[in-house]
Order: sequence, then structure tokens, then C-alpha cells
Amino acid sequence: MKYAVTDEGYYGNFGGAYIPEMLYPNVEELRERYLDIIGQSSFQEEFNKLLKDFVGRPTPLFLANRLSEKYKASIYLKREDLCHTGAHKVNNTIGQILVAKALGKSKIIAETGAGQHGVATATVCALMGMDCIVYMGKHDMERQKPNVERMRILGAKVVPALSGSMTLKDATNEAMRHWINNPTDTHYIIGSVVGPHPYPDMVARFQSVISQEIKAQLIQEIGNPYPDYVIACVGGGSNAAGAFYHFINEEQVTLIGAEAAGKGVDSGESAATTVLGKPGVLHGSKTLLMQTADGQVIEPYSISAGLDYPGIGPMHAHLFETGRAQFMSITDEEAMLAGIELSRLEGIIPAIETAHALAVLDKMEFDKDDVVVINLSGRGDKDLDTYIKWGKY
Amino acid sequence: MENRLKTLFKKKSKNVLSIFYTAGFPTHKDTVAIAQYLEAAGADLIEIGIPFSDPVADGPTIQASNKVALDGGMTLPILLAQVKEIRKQVKLPIVLMGYLNPVIQYGVERFIKEAKAAGADGLILPDLPLVEFQTHYQSLMQAEDLCMSFLISPTTSEERIYKIDAASTGFVYAVSASSTTGAKGDFQPEQLAYFEKLSKLNMQNQHLIGFGIHDHQTFSKACEYGAGAIVGSAFISMLEKSNDLEKDIHLFVTRLKKGN
Ligand SMILES: Cc1ncc(COP(=O)(O)O)c(C=O)c1O
Repeated sequence: MKYAVTDEGYYGNFGGAYIPEMLYPNVEELRERYLDIIGQSSFQEEFNKLLKDFVGRPTPLFLANRLSEKYKASIYLKREDLCHTGAHKVNNTIGQILVAKALGKSKIIAETGAGQHGVATATVCALMGMDCIVYMGKHDMERQKPNVERMRILGAKVVPALSGSMTLKDATNEAMRHWINNPTDTHYIIGSVVGPHPYPDMVARFQSVISQEIKAQLIQEIGNPYPDYVIACVGGGSNAAGAFYHFINEEQVTLIGAEAAGKGVDSGESAATTVLGKPGVLHGSKTLLMQTADGQVIEPYSISAGLDYPGIGPMHAHLFETGRAQFMSITDEEAMLAGIELSRLEGIIPAIETAHALAVLDKMEFDKDDVVVINLSGRGDKDLDTYIKWGKY
Repeated sequence: MENRLKTLFKKKSKNVLSIFYTAGFPTHKDTVAIAQYLEAAGADLIEIGIPFSDPVADGPTIQASNKVALDGGMTLPILLAQVKEIRKQVKLPIVLMGYLNPVIQYGVERFIKEAKAAGADGLILPDLPLVEFQTHYQSLMQAEDLCMSFLISPTTSEERIYKIDAASTGFVYAVSASSTTGAKGDFQPEQLAYFEKLSKLNMQNQHLIGFGIHDHQTFSKACEYGAGAIVGSAFISMLEKSNDLEKDIHLFVTRLKKGN
């Protein structure tokens, strides 16, 4: 279990809970209770029932024949894009809204980048009849307009974050400030494996259903639960955490995270944290962080709002430091081309975040009997504007 | 020489006025002068903020001052040099306050030693976990005779207040409300009840009440319950508008203490 979180919330050198006192009682309450709450059979029953009947799980594991032919390996797509709301994010929001109810909270806040987590949060709030406020960078509200309106239709209030580069980091700052100002009745549903302990572990547990299903589905498909590769994109790292979770201690499975290189890792407009980051503290945890020598956070850039974040979750920082997972940097251009390729070869338009994972294929040399699972974290409906603006199809 | 913060609280346990401002605001060169003007105007204690790109515990005023300071090129090494400069003339206790990340990049031990050498008397690092302080830095800070103030908030349990008090030296920073910095308006009854509760606890340290102290009324109310109070956002708003820092700082401090 050398990759598991410690009781104090550390993954190796990363993790912990670096928060001002105003947040301490809330985070501590969550830390003390989350394992008990999610371990209860009534919780598990309700969680699993909602995943099945509301989200539509299990999601298929699809053998992508034409993609397999092109890259000369057996390539499977884990179809998280078929989850209700269009991405893996809802696995976590279902879990956290049930935790919030168990904690007696009546209001929900969230941050969002691509808007998928915001939509997934607004959705479960509508389902459970809870008030919902979502913070979203103003820049992201512009590039993910359909998701802003989806949240509003679902009854959520969307508040623009106006500081910094007006993207995910700034939305997270605003959500944390809101929580400081509303500590008693509000639960903060963080959307990735980031934030103070216990969030990274809690979110990873809720997303771990992805790799749990992959194992069962691979037994059906190939008679063996272990693929040779699991590939996922990494913004904060929740879909990757879910796809890696049950394979982490199986060293024969190669784990690959795809980070957003933006316009190139040396361009000054990038979000490739494992290349450009150093250990630091942001949003409550110690992790790899893009920052200046003075410790000021560098504004990241990616064409995909969901990967446009200057850090990665502490679990991934640890997987990187130990070499257990490899991380690859994918440029905007490479991702867009991979997104178009999947559309043409398999009839699936992926989210641009997800397209970063697909772009890894072109950089790999597989053996022809390799089994490769790509976590198809979300669908591209929300990204049509970006595809259209990019134009090369 | 004894730590100036400890000396202050030995001599004075009522109406202590602490002023917080962001290093490098309104401009890079003002950090030193503001400290001098504050001493001349009659403040008791100076807290200087280390600017950070992502100040999550701060409201709009202090956020904006952080951004202006960083855009103006403010850094931790520059601030330490300025503290040295301040120390040539100013005798007031100086506390350096900041988010953890810039301090980590500088090196926490190195920062502790150099802050002390520059003439600082205390530190406040709101996102440094208590346990991490106790295991890694407490003995060094004791050896350097540098004080550490931790925050408590209205949602902090009594048991934890005592833990925080035991780890703190100099004073305990009592946040007045569940809020980010910069609240306006008068205190609510539940805040007064919280101040009352704090004043009856048997803490080893004096406590200063901060967040939302913005005029004579809120300052004197806070002083009824604690050893004094900390004014930040209101001071920074004044700096932002001022054309004559010396005169306006004098006026600001006088009004806070005496009313109009
Ligand atoms: C479809 C999709 N994939 C991936 C991500 C990145 O998040 P994470 O790294 O937490 O999976 C997002 C975030 O918005 C997303 O919408």
C-alpha cells in the first residue's frame, strides 16, 4: 500500500491540510467522518443505486477497432462520456452530495473549469433539493457557454471569478472564500483530487468505480483484469485517479497521465505541471505547483478549461515522484487533432480535456498484443465552440 | 534585548492598536515610510503582509493590494531588506504575516532566521498547520526568540483554542467573524457573545481581535473584550486613496483611537 494516503493525509511528500483556521473545523469534521459515512451500508446502497439508475453505470468498455488498427494494439475506451451529464465528474458529486446530507449541510458550493463539475454539482443539487452556487472563471464562462446555461437551467447560481487569469484556480479561490464566509450550513464539493485532506482521498474513492468496472469488464473481454496501459488526462487528476485506482499496486500496469502543454512546455503558455512545477502549497495541499522562484503561482494556460490549472493532485505528484506513473505533455494542437481523429475513426467527439489522453497514442510504440485502456473522461458537446474556432476539420 | 512583542504585552494589555498593511503597497518604496508614520501616529504594533498571488483568506481590498504589490515587483528578499531599513528608526514590534508558499520557497528555517536578524519580532503564517509548526519550527523559533501567533475563529472549539494558545507566543489572533478580511458594519450580537466567551477563557496569551475592525466604534468595542485590535483592510483602503501618506496615516490612527 505504498501509494495509499496516510492517516495524516500524505502521499509521500505531498498532501496534508494547509488551511487557515477559519476552514479548519469544516475540513476536520469531514476528515473525522468521511470514512465512516461512506463505509456505511446504507450509504453504499444509495450511492450505487444512483450510479446505476441516475448516472447510467456501469459505463461500457468499448473496443475501438479502427483506432486499434491504426495504433497497432487493442485499444479500449472507458466510456465515461456516457455518464449522465457527459463526464466522469458526476461520480464524485453523487458521492459528495450524500456526504453533505449525512453531515447535515443544506447548501452546496463548487468551483468549475470546463463547467462539467459545475453541471454535475448543479445536477445532484437539483436531484436532492439543495441550494447550489458554482464559481467559474469569467474566461471559462465565455469558452464553455453551454455549460453555464445548463447550470442555470438546473437552478444553480453561477458566479464569475474575476481575479487572476479568470480560470479554474481563481474559481477555486472564490469557492474557498465563500466557504470561509459560510462555514456552518455549506459543504464545498471540490471537483478533483485536489484541496486539503481528506478531499483528494475522498474524491479518488468516489471515482475509483471507473477502474473497478474496467477490471470486471476486462475479465469478460480478455479473461484478465489487468491491461498493459491505462491512459487518462490530468487536470487536477480525478478521472486519472479513478482510472488508476485499482491498478496502482499492480506494477505491471503502466499508468500514463496526459497533461496540457498548451502552446508548448517552453512557450510560457502551458499547464504541464510535472514539467514546470515544483513542490508548493496551494488550495490546501502540498503538491507540484507551477510557480515563480518567489513562490507566486504562475497563471497556467490550456485550450481546455478543465486542464487549465497550475497544480495536480498530491496523489499524482507522488505517482510522478516515485515514477509509478508517467506523465506526458500534450499541446493544444496535438489534442485537437486527436479529438478530430476519434470523431472520424470511432464516431465519438471527445471533450478537449479527454483529447489530450487520446493524443498520447501517437507518441507510443505498442506491441501488437498490448491491451490499452483510455479513460474517455467526457464528451465534446460543451466544446463545439472551441472545435469550430479551431476550424481544422 | 527582549522581544519587542513580549515587552509590549507586558506593559500594555488594553487598547493595543495593531495595523496591518501589505508590503509594497501602494508602491514598492512605501513599506518603510508607512512604518515610520505609523509609529509617529501612535500605533502599537505593525503587521506587514507578504504578498501572495492567491490570498484565499482575504477579501477584495487586501487581494487587490497583493496584486499591486506583486505587479510592482515586491518579493520576500526585498521585504526583509526593508524590515532592516525600518529597524534603523522604528522601535515598534514588527510581525510578518503571509501565506505559506512564498515562505516555503524561500526556505522556512532560513526565513525564520533572517526575519529575526532583520528585526522582526513575530510571524503569522495562517495556513501553516499547528502540528507541522510544532514538529519542525517551534524550537527554532524559541531559540531565535521570535514569536508565533496562530489564528482562532468563531468556529474553533474551546479545546482547540487552548491548544492554539499553548503553541502561540506574543499574542493570539482572534478572527472576529467567520469571514474573509474586510468586513464592514458593526459587530453582530453573536460576535459580541464570542468576544465575551474569549475574554473569559483562561488563555496564557493576550489576544487581539482582527477582521472587520474599520473605525473608532469597532476598534473600541473590540478593545472592551481583548487586549486590542488589528486593523487591515480599512487602513489599506485609506492608503489607496491617499495623496499624503504621512498626514493621512496620522489622521487615520488618531480617529481610530479617539473618534472624530
Ligand atoms: C471531460 C473532462 N475530463 C477531464 C477533466 C479534468 O479534471 P480531472 O483531472 O480532475 O479529471 C475535466 C474537468 O473539467 C473534464 O471536464
